[in-house]
Amino acid sequence: MSQTLTDTTPGGIEYDEQPLLQIRNLEVGFQTQRGLVPAVRGVDITLYSGQTLAIVGESGSGKTTTAQAIIDLLPGAGKVTAGQVLFEGRDLTKLSAKDIQAVRGNLIGYVPQDPMSNLNPVWNIGFQVEEAIKANGLAQGKEARARTIQVLQEAGLSDAADRLKQYPHQFSGGMRQRVLIGIGLSARPKLLIADEPTSALDVTVQRQILDHLDTLTRDYGTSVLFITHDLGLAAERAEQLVVMYKGKVVESGPSQEILANPQHPYTQRLVSAAPSLASRRIQSAKHANAGDAVIFGEGSLDDTLVARAADRENAAPAKDLISVQDISKVYRIRKKGLRTDELRAVDGVSFGIQKGTTTALVGESGSGKSTVAKLILQLESITSGAIEFDGQDVAGLKGKELLKFRRRVQPVFQDPYGSLDPQYSVGNTIVEPLLAHGVGTAKERQARVKELLDQVSLPWASRFRYPSELSGGQRQRIAIARALALKPDVLVLDEAVSALDVLVQGQVLNLLTELQTELGLTYLFITHDLAVVRLVADNVCVMQKGRIVEAASTDNVFDNPQQAYTQELLAAIPGGNFQFGR
Amino acid sequence: MLWYTGRRVLQMIPVFFGATFLIYFMVFSLPGDPIAALYGDRPPAPGVIEQIRAQYNLDKPLIQQYLIYIGNFFQGDLGTTYSGRPVSDVMAGAFPITFRLAMLALVFEAFAGIFVGLVAGLRKGKWFDASALVVSLLLISVPTFVLGFLFRLVFGVQLGWFRTTVSSEAPWGELILPALVLASVSFAYIVRLTRASVADNLNADFVRTATAKGLSRRRVVTVHVLRNSLVPVVTFLGVDLGSLMVGAIITEGIFNINGVGGTVYKAIVLGESTTVVSFIAVMVVIFVLANLLVDLLYAALDPRIRYAK
Repeated sequence: MSQTLTDTTPGGIEYDEQPLLQIRNLEVGFQTQRGLVPAVRGVDITLYSGQTLAIVGESGSGKTTTAQAIIDLLPGAGKVTAGQVLFEGRDLTKLSAKDIQAVRGNLIGYVPQDPMSNLNPVWNIGFQVEEAIKANGLAQGKEARARTIQVLQEAGLSDAADRLKQYPHQFSGGMRQRVLIGIGLSARPKLLIADEPTSALDVTVQRQILDHLDTLTRDYGTSVLFITHDLGLAAERAEQLVVMYKGKVVESGPSQEILANPQHPYTQRLVSAAPSLASRRIQSAKHANAGDAVIFGEGSLDDTLVARAADRENAAPAKDLISVQDISKVYRIRKKGLRTDELRAVDGVSFGIQKGTTTALVGESGSGKSTVAKLILQLESITSGAIEFDGQDVAGLKGKELLKFRRRVQPVFQDPYGSLDPQYSVGNTIVEPLLAHGVGTAKERQARVKELLDQVSLPWASRFRYPSELSGGQRQRIAIARALALKPDVLVLDEAVSALDVLVQGQVLNLLTELQTELGLTYLFITHDLAVVRLVADNVCVMQKGRIVEAASTDNVFDNPQQAYTQELLAAIPGGNFQFGR
Repeated sequence: MLWYTGRRVLQMIPVFFGATFLIYFMVFSLPGDPIAALYGDRPPAPGVIEQIRAQYNLDKPLIQQYLIYIGNFFQGDLGTTYSGRPVSDVMAGAFPITFRLAMLALVFEAFAGIFVGLVAGLRKGKWFDASALVVSLLLISVPTFVLGFLFRLVFGVQLGWFRTTVSSEAPWGELILPALVLASVSFAYIVRLTRASVADNLNADFVRTATAKGLSRRRVVTVHVLRNSLVPVVTFLGVDLGSLMVGAIITEGIFNINGVGGTVYKAIVLGESTTVVSFIAVMVVIFVLANLLVDLLYAALDPRIRYAK
């Protein structure tokens, strides 16, 4: 592996010129109360003019810290402790505050990760772009205003002139990212650092933005340093790849080569965990022993239920556990004054889910998929149509009946940070639904918590820990354990793995599949990530603007998509058809 | 915006009636007979007390008294004190003094507080920050009367920079020292509030982006950190404006200022219900207006609020 750390020209391609950016043995540490904690430990990266290079790694691998160290954007406690950052032969780490200020924006542009938090909410868009133009001495006064409009139009905001006075909150995420790209490229820098520029966006928007970024950087001859956790994206967008793990570069070279034939064990794991269209559904033993579905763990489910389930299976094996018939949800939106507008968030949606299967609901944000989840969970009331669960209409359930329904249908939400109470220990979080429904004695509940922690592969000792002490993947395991506490039949997973890193995502998906087999669970899986769908779903419903545009088995949807919109979604997956080496 | 302001003004109506009625009821329930107290040990001629009671409507039921009072209030008649002086006269004497005092205190705490807080926030963990924290903690924990007497002793008596007591006209210059004392606690809170807010915003993503644009440190701090940090400070200032305007009994007492606080205190002791309620009514209006001002300022500082319902 040592050969990958040398300074030789990567991939054997010959370059006459000196590298644009050459990072040599860079070390970055963070000052904490326990002393200096190293985050980047001896990183070497070489980037030539006009090249695109991607740094890939999971969160905490030091990829963002490396990028921030280049133009001294490290947060307060961080500092470069050793090494050089040579940009056109000049060591940026030795520059004075004033000199590095001249490099920022002008020579090296920066596009940050999260478009929601990277624009100042209290200044309008025009102001924030114009500011960059003036600071880099590109234009002043009226000319600066004209330049602002030009920059935004180039970044893909065609109506820029009319929107200068608008504030960030009036722009969508994609629009904001375009603004940030405009700012980053406004001074035609030689290098653009793009730190996960699209990870907060929908696949289709992501594709548009990346395509646009490609065009712009090619036109201007800008080199790009991509930071990403998404291997597919890296494979598709960058010629060169640097894989980072725990602050070190573990592998580097041409993208195709690395992905097709990863050398380092970590890269191999990363590659095999990356979901892509080429992968198949995680195989569970479900089909082999379908009878298991009614046996359930330790036979803890009450007998009548098992009997009923068995009866039902015998009588009508194809009957849907959840049947959604022509449901609609209309929201009234308040306009100026007293007028209201109607928003049809869900518009005549019908589908059924069979017991023990996984149905995925796919679409961009705003397609109504999460609203369907809320309607099924009875968190919102339907405007018209009917939802049947286990043969019973659930629309009008109240009181005890509703409580009973809730015991059998449990949600897991997207944000493992937001859906756990920070003041509740893990044990308390998991036991809460049992308390709320008055299940068992204190001792039995304790035993159940132990069993649940075991099921989600967390140690018994973790019951005393608090959400802030856990990683994203661990938190999502807790959320799953909490959802399973009442032994439900159905889990509604609303973007349950979308916030997780690929490796962790893979683990959680495996866990979900195992649990499905073991407990005979039925999943409604809501996601915007088609690659994940391929891994876990039996059936797929594609939603657009509140309607289901395509519904079929997973293999059919992926191998033979009927609708233009589905094809568009499939095409938008980064590195979608790239064959990862396995 | 206009709609919002209008709605807020309408909200003042129930607050105004609720507050004045409550105060009226409370003063009414105070023990002791204010009319009898007027005559001290020597009882007046029989019938005189009844006559005075009837004159001030004290013989009628509480609700009726209140309604009569409110009716007169809206005709501009605030009633008279039991000694026969129009309440409007008392107000005209007290409010301008308190207004001057409050303004001085507010200007001091806003400018000095935000400045010190900003510098401390930018240099978090350095000596300036540490001393700002210690001084502000001291100011918060030392009672106002201790600080008042101390200031009077040091700046008034020993250094002779200020007069130790304030004359009855209370011109601006004489009010500086009392204003400093009055502002001290709020100053300390503003320092801490600004400091925390600045330190928070310094780590915000958009500040890093602003730096990455190539802006100077000075511009990043003034344009991107300070304005965002002012939102909570402005809220505090607005609420504080309300409490400063309704007077400061202790500070006014130390420096012998005939402001609102002292006047209301005396009126409560004497059971002068009309005086108390009239003052409170004006204070309620000031308080609600100050809060409205805060909300409007808030919207000016943070555009996200401007369009929210």
